[in-house]
Amino acid sequence: MPEPHTPASADDVLAWTCPVPAAHDMVVMGHGGGGVLSAELVERIFLPAFGPAALEGAGLTDAAVLPLPSGGRLAFSTDTYVVQPLEFPGGSIGELAVHGTVNDLAMVGAMPLALSTAFVLEEGLALATLARIAHALGRAAHAAGVPLATGDTKVVERGCGDGLYVNTAGIGVVAEGVDVGPHRARPGDAVVLSGPVGEHGIAVLSRREGLEFGTELRSDTAALHRLVAAMLAAGGQGVHVLRDPTRGGLAASLCELAASGGVGVEFEERAVPVPDAVRAACGFLGLDPLHVANEGKLVAFVAPEQVDAVVAAMRAIPEGAGATVIGRLTEEHPGLVVARTALGAQRVVDRPLGEQLPRIC
Amino acid sequence: MKWLDEFADPAAAKALLADIAATVTRPWAVMEVCGGQTHSIIRNGIDQLLPAEVELIHGPGCPVCVTPLAMIDRALALAGRPEVTLCSFGDMLRVPGSEGDLFAAKAAGGDVRVMYSPLDAVRLAEEQPDREVVWFGVGFETTAPANAMAVHLARERGLRNFSMLVSHVLVPPAIDAVMPSGRIHGFLAAGHVCTVMGTAQYEPLAARHRVPIVVTGFEPLDVLDGIRRCVRQLEAGRAEVENAYPRAVRADGNPAARAMLADVFEVCDRQWRGIGMIPASGWRLRPAYAAFDAELRFDVGTIDPSEPARCRAGEVLQGLLKPDHCECFGTECTPRTPLGAPMVSAEGACAAYFQYRRVGNA
Repeated sequence: MPEPHTPASADDVLAWTCPVPAAHDMVVMGHGGGGVLSAELVERIFLPAFGPAALEGAGLTDAAVLPLPSGGRLAFSTDTYVVQPLEFPGGSIGELAVHGTVNDLAMVGAMPLALSTAFVLEEGLALATLARIAHALGRAAHAAGVPLATGDTKVVERGCGDGLYVNTAGIGVVAEGVDVGPHRARPGDAVVLSGPVGEHGIAVLSRREGLEFGTELRSDTAALHRLVAAMLAAGGQGVHVLRDPTRGGLAASLCELAASGGVGVEFEERAVPVPDAVRAACGFLGLDPLHVANEGKLVAFVAPEQVDAVVAAMRAIPEGAGATVIGRLTEEHPGLVVARTALGAQRVVDRPLGEQLPRIC
Repeated sequence: MKWLDEFADPAAAKALLADIAATVTRPWAVMEVCGGQTHSIIRNGIDQLLPAEVELIHGPGCPVCVTPLAMIDRALALAGRPEVTLCSFGDMLRVPGSEGDLFAAKAAGGDVRVMYSPLDAVRLAEEQPDREVVWFGVGFETTAPANAMAVHLARERGLRNFSMLVSHVLVPPAIDAVMPSGRIHGFLAAGHVCTVMGTAQYEPLAARHRVPIVVTGFEPLDVLDGIRRCVRQLEAGRAEVENAYPRAVRADGNPAARAMLADVFEVCDRQWRGIGMIPASGWRLRPAYAAFDAELRFDVGTIDPSEPARCRAGEVLQGLLKPDHCECFGTECTPRTPLGAPMVSAEGACAAYFQYRRVGNA
């Protein structure tokens, strides 16, 4: 059998991957934005390039679930953190590096066992800054109850890094009977959101751009594995799909899940809680709150029979205090996300293309 | 939330819609001039809720869309110069030039920065005296005062490394330019333009073309109220300038801003992307500020590109073609692979239709 992914020559990349996007022949910032361009990198470069080496379904979920030869299932995830500024209202790259990877594990229904941490440091970074961020990372891991098991440090020359980058990888255990993923999305499922959206993205943006919007916004960065545990305890098999709407915001998560689950998503725009300061900042900057990143929220598809119990369990713990049902899954328009506007009309909700851009007026 | 929630209240919207439905007796075509209004209309589904007699035509008021290709190419050429830091509002970065966009120029090593204010570019020029900082000064009357202020400050502070690539355009000549189509019965004027310029300059337009011009805001209720007032005038046979956005617009606009504009800019003929040359339709720097004109400071050679033949942006911008009636819409032309600027900008009509209107063809 021919091996379609074997390159003719290592240099001849274009000859053996799908065509790269026409508009760009090099990486642009939008490729890291969590939107259409990011997805294209995975679908057009990485998956074809990795070929048979890629685990089936890789690139489509936050974490891989691997059956162990001795029985049981392990979840495995990795993420690299490059946020600027390194510290922002409500947190720092240290908390993000713990919460982001813990949450990626939690979104496949896994309880985290351990994390690794790898730092890439830029020559000239103040040791006091590094110490603050390392402390923040340690505190976050301790609070989440997840040990930091192994690590690595590299230094690059001044000008070759943004102060510091952090990578964390995590492993977790998926309990018997837990099956969470887009394949379980069913028309009729309730769409549950754990709380207000947009706080992290606007908190970072306001610090980065020196903008202020009345009350100071704080990042919502938080570990969500305990929230997931409470949901699974209350809803069991009725918890079908989980996703943390980080880059690309709630819109990107819903669009990805609609596509990978083969279902339509309908939600009430007014049911999505948006803090006043987020709404004001988005209005000012021309951003859509649905496209703004979160670091401590999840969206879930839950069977209608279990949704009341699941939402009650979520509201009983701080990470889910703002939990609310925003919509439902439909058989109509599979793959498409439709919002009912405040005025009662309908509109399509799309992923942001690339980076969120401030507009002119 | 104050200033937002009360202008999106569903009950008030229903009342306005009912008023429009009770008033209208025959077909009217109303053009919303500003791309910000187009997005509000499509995002909130306002056009779906209007009675069939009222047709909204999307106007040319998207600054990114009407900035000529040659100007984008000049910006790309400047971004390619090693000594230049090119600063711009974000949504200019994705607009396709003849070869690539500013994102691609940035990825290729150009020093391209996204900024929220031209004053940030002035500050950058002060902080980095060895760099040539160029601000891409595009937009309608709304963005012009801040750009004028930036040039003014740069002169006051004696900066020799700050300049501006100016491509400013004006709303009233655009209204004149789209009238000959004969399709438009009334206008929603762009509220924020009038916040700066006031309403007086619209009086002669309303009289000359015998059309109502209603100064309109951007929240859903603002837009509905603008439409309601426009339809009432049309049904009563009136053609007046009316201010439906009094919380932001005064008859004399913002005199301080207008004084700054008069000091820095003078009226010039301007090429509009997709539409063509419109006489006396733009602003350029006055000779007293020539030292800050990037086109005079940098020789980027002759740039005279031609548009992709398949793009019908000109018809869209003049209200002659609805975006989803273009044969390239959603197939050859998407925000990912735009043929023209209206598919790119946050205010472009094609992008609004693509983002919010694909239930039928998905």
